Amino acid sequence: MSPELINLIVQATFESLYMVGIAALLGTAFGLPLGVFLATSRKGELFAAPIVNRVLGIVVNATRSTPFIILVVAIIPFTRLVAGTSIGSTAAIVPLTIASTPFIARLVEAAIREVDGGLIETASSFGASPLQIVLKVLIPEALPGLLLALTLAVVSLLGYSAMVGAVGGGGLGDLGIRYGYQRFMPEMMLAVVVVLIALVQIVQSAGDYLARRVNRRLRHR
Amino acid sequence: MKAISMNAHQSLAIGRPIETIEAISPALAVPHAMVRFAGISKTYPAYRGKPGVNALQDIDFAIPRGSITGVIGRSGAGKSSLVRLINGLEKPTTGRVIVDGRDISALAGRELRLAQRSIGMIFQHFNLLSSRTAADNIALPLEIAGWTKTDIKARVTELLALVGIADKHDRYPSELSGGQKQRVGIARALATRPSVLLSDEATSALDPQTTRAILDLLANINRELGVTIVLITHEMSVVRQLAKEVVVLDAGRVVESGHVADIFTQPRHPITQSFLAEVIGDSLPVSLESRIVSKQPAGGQAVIRIQVRGAGAGDTVVARLARELGLDVALLSARIDEIGGQHVGSLTLGIPGGEDAVTRTLAWLSQYQFSAERLGYVA
Repeated sequence: MSPELINLIVQATFESLYMVGIAALLGTAFGLPLGVFLATSRKGELFAAPIVNRVLGIVVNATRSTPFIILVVAIIPFTRLVAGTSIGSTAAIVPLTIASTPFIARLVEAAIREVDGGLIETASSFGASPLQIVLKVLIPEALPGLLLALTLAVVSLLGYSAMVGAVGGGGLGDLGIRYGYQRFMPEMMLAVVVVLIALVQIVQSAGDYLARRVNRRLRHR
Repeated sequence: MKAISMNAHQSLAIGRPIETIEAISPALAVPHAMVRFAGISKTYPAYRGKPGVNALQDIDFAIPRGSITGVIGRSGAGKSSLVRLINGLEKPTTGRVIVDGRDISALAGRELRLAQRSIGMIFQHFNLLSSRTAADNIALPLEIAGWTKTDIKARVTELLALVGIADKHDRYPSELSGGQKQRVGIARALATRPSVLLSDEATSALDPQTTRAILDLLANINRELGVTIVLITHEMSVVRQLAKEVVVLDAGRVVESGHVADIFTQPRHPITQSFLAEVIGDSLPVSLESRIVSKQPAGGQAVIRIQVRGAGAGDTVVARLARELGLDVALLSARIDEIGGQHVGSLTLGIPGGEDAVTRTLAWLSQYQFSAERLGYVA
């Protein structure tokens, strides 16, 4: 493979990492509180607000059931409003964030609901406020699950990022389509897939490692 | 050895009818009870097709300051609801719960959270945070109460020593045994120096030996720190070993309450009697029971069971019966236990010599206020 092509791959890799990294950060920033709220706002729960919970649940489901490529095109006006432009890697972060937020929220909700309800009662019994219960009990206890959820979200984002080529987002997926498919360069396609596989492996291994590190439930020495 | 007549009189004096805990027990009528339940009822409304539940009704009693009070009942009797009213985790449907002079059932929000710091609680399944070490679990209520790092560190060290696991400072709950976990739970419950410690079936998940050690620890804590302890349990052995006062709950109502010794030497309610039977047993050994017949065989013995109730009661009854009536009394079965310093149990005797001997024996026993019954005959 020529140095120019290798250069293209390196550049596309950085574009992918940039989009996915920022979108994962923003998705977590929005998705974590949303997920915690979803997990604690049903009837009788810590922040009981059953109607808000129901409405947010519907919004989350709606966003998650919209195919990503449609989401990307549908929110172009919004993207232009937020990013100042609707094309390029930075613009692509907007739909990636919007797609990953409800995904992360549902994973966070599941991880938080795994925490033994007895611990909430225990913390309440010695006078912890709802916010203290979230920060000192729920999140630390759910941390292994939260890290695995985040890992899953990053891996999914890598997949989504292949589609933002549709709005000039660049990245590995875009490179694979334009060079590998449209220009009949199977070696380019193969290279892109290999890099993506390597990235997913690295992300997943790192996530597994961190989740194991913070998991004190079963310690194998 | 004490004279039997005195013992018999003692056992007579113990059983007094107990109408309300305040009316009969001077210790419980103290003006500054630690916890008072006044006209409490608790109803859980119908929800999603499940019918409503009257968990507690007409609850009126007081828990004396500095006491160890057992609340015993079968599952579903309302024990858990009762204990959760004390620390404000639940609100009564009617009535008031006064803890240390404050109406906790009227508090909410920040005021309630401040009041909860003076009420510690330990749980059946320990409820420790798996992500925190023993020391950090104990530190949690202190962090929540806003203590400084230095103060927390000193207090945690003190508490670990108090519960006897100073060497487990940096261990995670998954590395601790059940007994050690409950010690961490106790230390955590005591961290903010509460005046009441609530124990919700705290030993139900532990083996008998560990249970004993944990109950001893609770007794020490009560003695040394003066903390009032409320023990919620379905196990008679826990009440017997630790409690001085007892409240028997059944179907959401208090059926008996008072000193442990009084309640269990003269149990009136069937539930209380069944709890007592768990400890002292009310059945004869199988080999004996199967031999009992209703007509006296030639040369057989009449089987008489004597109830033993009271301090030292029954110590010398067999010897005196044999000596004073000149009978070769056989001891067929006996079980005597101690509850609240009082002897509770039964003796099953074989009386030889026909109807006349049996009549004399029963008359002699009733003269000394022993309750006795004839079960039949054995060859």
